[in-house]
Amino acid sequence: MLQIRKLPLIVFALLIVVFPWIARGVPAIANYPDLMVFAGIYCLITIGLSLLMGYAGQISLGQAAFFGIGAYVSAILTAKYGMNPWICMAIGMVAASIVAVLVGVPSLKLRGHYLAMATLAFGIIVFIIFNEEGEWTGGPDGLIGIPGLNLFGFQFNSVEKYYYLVWFFVFAVFLFTINIIQSRDGRALRAIHVSEAASSATGVNVSRYKIVVFVYSAILASLAGSLYAHYLNFINPSTFDLFFSIKLLIMIALGGMHDIWGAIIGAFLITFLSFEWLHFFEEFEIIVYGLILLVVTIFLPQGLAGIPHMIKNWLRR
Amino acid sequence: MSKKFAIMAMVCLFCCGVLVAPALADSYKVGAVFSVTGRASFLGDPEKKTAELIADEINQKGGINGKKLELIIYDDEGDATKTNLAVKKLMTQDKVCVVIGPSLSGNSLAVVPLAEQYKIPLISCAASYKIVTDDAGKQRSWVFKVPQSDSMAVEAIFDHMKKKGIKKIAIISATDGFGKSGQSELVRLAPQYGLEIVADESYGPQDTDMTAQLTKIKGLTPQAIVNWSIGPPQVTVLRNYRDLGMTGIVFYQSHGFGSRKNIELAAGAAEGVYTPLGAVVTPEALPETHPQKKVTMEYTNQYTGKYREPVSTFGGHAWDALGLAVDALNAVGCDRAKIRDYLENKKGFVGQHGVFNFSPNDHNGLVWQDAFNMIVVKGGDWAMAD
Amino acid sequence: MEKITLASQLFQYLITGLTVGSIYAMVAIGFNIIYNVTEIINLAQGEFVVLGGLIMVFFHVAVGLPILIAFPATVIMVTLVGILLDRLAIRPIRQPSVLTLIIATIGASIVIRGIAMIIWGKDPFDLPAFSGRTPINLLGAVIQPQYVWVGGFLLVIVVLLTLFFEKTIIGKAMSACADNPDAASLVGINVKQMISLSFCLSAAIGAVAGIILTPIALMDYNRGAMLAVKGFGAVVLGGLGSFPGAILGGLVLGTIESFGAGLIHSGYKDAFALIALLAVLFIKPSGLLGSVEVTKIKKF
Repeated sequence: MLQIRKLPLIVFALLIVVFPWIARGVPAIANYPDLMVFAGIYCLITIGLSLLMGYAGQISLGQAAFFGIGAYVSAILTAKYGMNPWICMAIGMVAASIVAVLVGVPSLKLRGHYLAMATLAFGIIVFIIFNEEGEWTGGPDGLIGIPGLNLFGFQFNSVEKYYYLVWFFVFAVFLFTINIIQSRDGRALRAIHVSEAASSATGVNVSRYKIVVFVYSAILASLAGSLYAHYLNFINPSTFDLFFSIKLLIMIALGGMHDIWGAIIGAFLITFLSFEWLHFFEEFEIIVYGLILLVVTIFLPQGLAGIPHMIKNWLRR
Repeated sequence: MSKKFAIMAMVCLFCCGVLVAPALADSYKVGAVFSVTGRASFLGDPEKKTAELIADEINQKGGINGKKLELIIYDDEGDATKTNLAVKKLMTQDKVCVVIGPSLSGNSLAVVPLAEQYKIPLISCAASYKIVTDDAGKQRSWVFKVPQSDSMAVEAIFDHMKKKGIKKIAIISATDGFGKSGQSELVRLAPQYGLEIVADESYGPQDTDMTAQLTKIKGLTPQAIVNWSIGPPQVTVLRNYRDLGMTGIVFYQSHGFGSRKNIELAAGAAEGVYTPLGAVVTPEALPETHPQKKVTMEYTNQYTGKYREPVSTFGGHAWDALGLAVDALNAVGCDRAKIRDYLENKKGFVGQHGVFNFSPNDHNGLVWQDAFNMIVVKGGDWAMAD
Repeated sequence: MEKITLASQLFQYLITGLTVGSIYAMVAIGFNIIYNVTEIINLAQGEFVVLGGLIMVFFHVAVGLPILIAFPATVIMVTLVGILLDRLAIRPIRQPSVLTLIIATIGASIVIRGIAMIIWGKDPFDLPAFSGRTPINLLGAVIQPQYVWVGGFLLVIVVLLTLFFEKTIIGKAMSACADNPDAASLVGINVKQMISLSFCLSAAIGAVAGIILTPIALMDYNRGAMLAVKGFGAVVLGGLGSFPGAILGGLVLGTIESFGAGLIHSGYKDAFALIALLAVLFIKPSGLLGSVEVTKIKKF
């Protein structure tokens, strides 16, 4: 997992680029680019979360809050004050990173389930603020009138245009993150996951690393939130509730948390399952969803990204 | 290689076949998005059942203008993202003539831009006035809604209070969209009716006990309490109110209380409670001369006959929305711009929640005096209040 | 109507808080029993409570069994669900890590919720209160008889569990598994059976919580997640693995919510409780009564 090979990445990039053309030709999947926009937005969050969980070994059940901070900063500043969306996006990321430092410094001293509860509590508190401060956030009914994005007069006003915008961000973030993983810092992170005491003894500043990764994941979530708000032109608090944080955790677990590809596979899978494929089961949808979770955790403990590895091991036997 | 190609080709053919097959030329497609499961399932569940009931009946009678009514229902599970995706799919892929729903105000607001963008009429089943009115106070051209605005329920309640000589009230509401919207309307309209609000409390939609909030209210001795919520907490709050022995204080529930199940669940605690309700839930209590007597009795008999459960306010919204859509299709066929114009000028549509009179300045078409009757719970059943 | 004094108001908040807190405490105890043996946080714990309420509705209201038969029948049914949960969702996992176990319990809770929705539908259900609904007046505050039952059951559960863990061989064996599973299996304790037993016990306690909560707040299929979150909060506040901690945590959370709602701002009452929880964790990272070692065992 240390080396990210170039070939799969190039194939994946090409697939993403040509996909809208394919979808245009096949009526059955005509709405898939729309789903892919959301999958891409979720990928931004899960890449950060994967780095935090799979590499630095820290759990967060509060990522929905950072997603929401990005979305609400963008939404409020553009819809109510008419500011430039790109500047708002940057402000959102700054705001998310400040909050992440304030929350992360005391929280990341906690371990295991205590950290899980602390981040969960933080997420719920932020959700309550979104819900209660109706004057700013529009309350539970949500905020309308968020403008779309444009760049030098070019409007991202169709599904396909937005699709390319979102996936441009995903690739930029993906490549940047791979660089981190393969650098000295990446090795330090994995060392923390294996043993905090040992890595600290060899001179790794454990708490600094943990906070930097936490802030990085918060910034990515905030970016995703801004992109979400400008795509839907609407946000409401229930999008950013604790169940979304749990959904992100499920994405990571299904995809495989020890592999950055896992973050992408998980985001894809959950997006398509919950937004499209499971509709077939109607009332039984949530039972099937739960069963899928159980089956994957039982038979694929390394997540779907672990399948090639499992096949390799199986062939070698 | 050739084998793979053959399989691919077969898969493609299959996909095309599946998609082409149901797209019959001689049917009118109506899309619906309801919160059938999830946090707002008490809205979407009766709405879906009602819509299916109506569609079946119409198709059994030979359809609309000889064409079948094809109803495509998606479940948004109370989630804004899903609602957005579902409505987009209905509008661009299923190519429906008109969309009814979503069930929740927030989710309806989430898809208002889509109706305007794709120029497809949308008849919402949610209450907020913001759904049909933009920030400048103008009606959105492609969006209509059938439920009464919260302000109408508030006016019905306040009018009743005025008649009873009530001056000092307390508000208690849930922190969800329904509760918050009602709460803001209560606060906004109270001064117009000379009412003083001494307490403005709230609780979570999943809370198990509201005694603390009511205790605070009890200490402030208002003459009446208005509760604004839907689902189980409106029963819990009523029980806590009884437990605290707040007998001197009149209790008003919002129109969300409109299901007989709530009286049952309150186990006696609902006795004497006032609530403004649309005709749909109280057809038996209506006088024979009431314009809605016939449609509401029919709907009640059909619904309870088929599903063995009492009708609710929310199923009535789906009846009104689909009824209007069918009426428009009947008159102008599947021409979206004509449907929009037809709905905008529709007068005298007798629905479950009132007689609708739409106009370019009013995409809701209801006035509170028509849309609500003040109901009191008497002997475990609804009765007209005086 | 007579004006209620501030003192009786405060007393009322306390009573309400302790009642709600007792329910949280019961969920928290359920968490702890499983955690102590397996180090799993069983997020399907809330579903046990829901099933307790709904199955009791079936036996007592729909079938019409008297309460003394319906009560144990319900507890047994939910206990069976607990065993199934262990057998079908937890035991088959070959490489258990904290994350996979959490996801497994989430998956199981989703399945249970879905099945409950299919069986009982989406409407809430009511149970008659155990001894009527005529409130008791005490110092100007009103107490529902059912509140007394809640407190009473919490007390009974605590006493029985204490006796079980301290006086019986099986109880001691379970504690041994909690301390060191390898050593426990060396001295001949069947660790797998102990794990099953822990799921049984915590399902039974969940069922009791559901049965006594339903007459107060009704029950529907969708309640489990919120109850699990509150119970998890109580467990962490009190300190993972500590039974007195779970009870203290539950009661403190309930009381803060109640006073927060009454005295400050009801919309933010959950936030007050969570801020208090965070404050405790930041000062004492192992919770009020938790031991430091326990927090060091597991990470993700």
